[in-house]
Amino acid sequence: MSELLLFKDIDEPGLASREVYERRGGYESLKRALRMPREEVLQNLLDSGLRGRGGAGFAMGKKASFLPKGTMDKYLVCNADESEPGTFKDRELMQKSPHMLVEGMIIAAYAADANRSFIYIRGEYQQQAEILERAIEEARSAGYLGERILGSDHSLSLVLHRGAGAYICGEETGLLDSLEGKRGNPRLKPPFPANQGLYQGPTLINNVETLATVPHIIRLGGQEYAKLGTETSTGTKLVSVSGNVQRPGNYEIELGIPAREIIFGLAGGPERGRDVKFWFPGGSSSPVLTPAELDLPYDFDSMAKAGSMLGSGAIIVVDDSQSVVDVALTLAKFYRHESCGKCTPCREGTNWTVKMLQRVESGEATPMDLDIIASVQEQIMGNCLCVLGDAMAMPVASMVSKFRDEFEAHIETRRAQLGLGEPTEPTPLEAVGVGS
Amino acid sequence: MSVARYDHGSRIPGWDDAVDLSKDPASIPDPALTPVPAELRQQIEAAMARYPDFRSAAIPALHAAQELHGWCSPEAIEQVACVMRLTPAYLTAVVGFYDMFESKPVGRNTVYVCTNISCSLRGARELHAAVQQAAGDDPDFNVRAFECLGACDIAPMASVNGAYVGPLELSDAERIVEQLRAGEDVLPEKQLLRRKVADPRASTDAPALFDDEDRA
Ligand SMILES: Cc1cc2nc3c(=O)[nH]c(=O)nc-3n(C[C@H](O)[C@H](O)[C@H](O)COP(=O)(O)O)c2cc1C
Ligand code: FES
Repeated sequence: MSELLLFKDIDEPGLASREVYERRGGYESLKRALRMPREEVLQNLLDSGLRGRGGAGFAMGKKASFLPKGTMDKYLVCNADESEPGTFKDRELMQKSPHMLVEGMIIAAYAADANRSFIYIRGEYQQQAEILERAIEEARSAGYLGERILGSDHSLSLVLHRGAGAYICGEETGLLDSLEGKRGNPRLKPPFPANQGLYQGPTLINNVETLATVPHIIRLGGQEYAKLGTETSTGTKLVSVSGNVQRPGNYEIELGIPAREIIFGLAGGPERGRDVKFWFPGGSSSPVLTPAELDLPYDFDSMAKAGSMLGSGAIIVVDDSQSVVDVALTLAKFYRHESCGKCTPCREGTNWTVKMLQRVESGEATPMDLDIIASVQEQIMGNCLCVLGDAMAMPVASMVSKFRDEFEAHIETRRAQLGLGEPTEPTPLEAVGVGS
Repeated sequence: MSVARYDHGSRIPGWDDAVDLSKDPASIPDPALTPVPAELRQQIEAAMARYPDFRSAAIPALHAAQELHGWCSPEAIEQVACVMRLTPAYLTAVVGFYDMFESKPVGRNTVYVCTNISCSLRGARELHAAVQQAAGDDPDFNVRAFECLGACDIAPMASVNGAYVGPLELSDAERIVEQLRAGEDVLPEKQLLRRKVADPRASTDAPALFDDEDRA
């Protein structure tokens, strides 16, 4: 296994303070970066091949290069909303090494020529917000933030902004509206934030882990960093493993190692006597994979090729003692709750899906309802301003198609238990609960 | 409806503004008739000064008002509206969007029990029921089932007045309630902030990242 970058010294007592962070080499990358021209810093980010760690996996250097040149206010926004079920890596970083994020932000802002920055942290992370606030204050008093940082021509302000509980505010344009003091409804794209983002100005938005990796890229050099991982998934990645494993938690891995090594080698696999039934490779929004896919390399492209995605790097393991119907219903309820309601397919589709899964759960459904569930998922995908609806549709569709037998068996067992007798085929409209 | 556009095709900002937020002066509370506690006013004004656009302070201001009033009561919203010069209707819409804002009176002790996927794979629903039962109808408690709180490594878990604790057993439900009633630190040995990273290699004592001659 490769050396640790993000997790090196992470449990060092006091690492959250500037003093200990600097003793461990902290802010050296910032000094190095500020001695380079902006273009060279940006080139390092491009060379590194670093892909966004927030979900979509877009190349970070490329996104930074999209910001227009000019003297207008430009913004860097750190996405610390971390609400994707199963994901808890940003929390660990912010709580234990807040200065790493602050340092990464200052360097990224320099590369993108941004002069104002914000961290949008989910409201529930109260303790982490306090730790970050202290770190920002320390960085400010050391001259790392403010006007003409360390005598360079780079100036940057940094404001920590607490949200108040809404998954959709992790979606980048929903986040921007929320940061502007509104309800967090996503915006129509284009224009993309790089052109018209926060306060209508050019805005670079990146995830916490993406930005915290930046100091390491400067320290190693972009090309050296790119040697880690695979050709198209460079570097190391924090993986949050949870669910039915013996050692749930965050692990730093080199991208491209077999998923089995993460789930079994690091996280210990399911309890003795239990087997993996299925697993989400990238948060609850990713289509589920089966044990047959455990030996795939864990990287962006391999997960995509398997019909799923690496997403935020959150692996949720479900063992064979669990009911797939129950997991699907829990998941659908979450997305129904979090849909902002702006687009009809998502607002209505998540609601119908929950209702239909409840019918499956209670035994009132027929196998035909499973087809309707699958078709509703198709109606949602690709039809909304953002992909929150897709984020339910993809995993639900994958569960229904991969575990159809179990869904059917569940319906039958429930019917028998309740003494409901043979199902009468409902008309499609009844099946989806119209009018109820 | 025709939408004004730039040459490059993007809509000109403002096309989708639902309302003119500062239009109707009558509905913005009159400062002379709206007493605002000095400390709250100061918190809101400090928040407004942090942003290029003062409206960004809506959420921080509502957090502060909820902290003071216990919930986003009409009075609390009125005070925020008065200081921020926004309509109460606008702020009410913001309150309604976010889960942490309470639009009904609630108990002072807030317990969010996560019932999302990773926690429910480890018994979160039973835990939620147990905490609800332990709190009973005590008006001092606000026990809620919550979406993933970003701590699935300590599943099943809860956020107790903002402090994360887990992994919890059913028997912890009683202790949480008792300790809150007694004003004690809740489950000190189960607090997230005291936990080490799971990755075993993260705890080894390794040399510093930069060699000394590398430092500027
Ligand atoms: C519904 C939804 C929720 C999202 N939640 C988060 C989140 O909590 N944190 C995050 O970093 N990105 C989240 N994203 C992805 C962001 O939109 C965006 O792609 C990301 O912040 C970009 O940063 P990156 O390129 O560094 O990954 C979410 C996207 C969607 C559609
Ligand atoms: S599922 Fe409970 S904290 Fe994530």
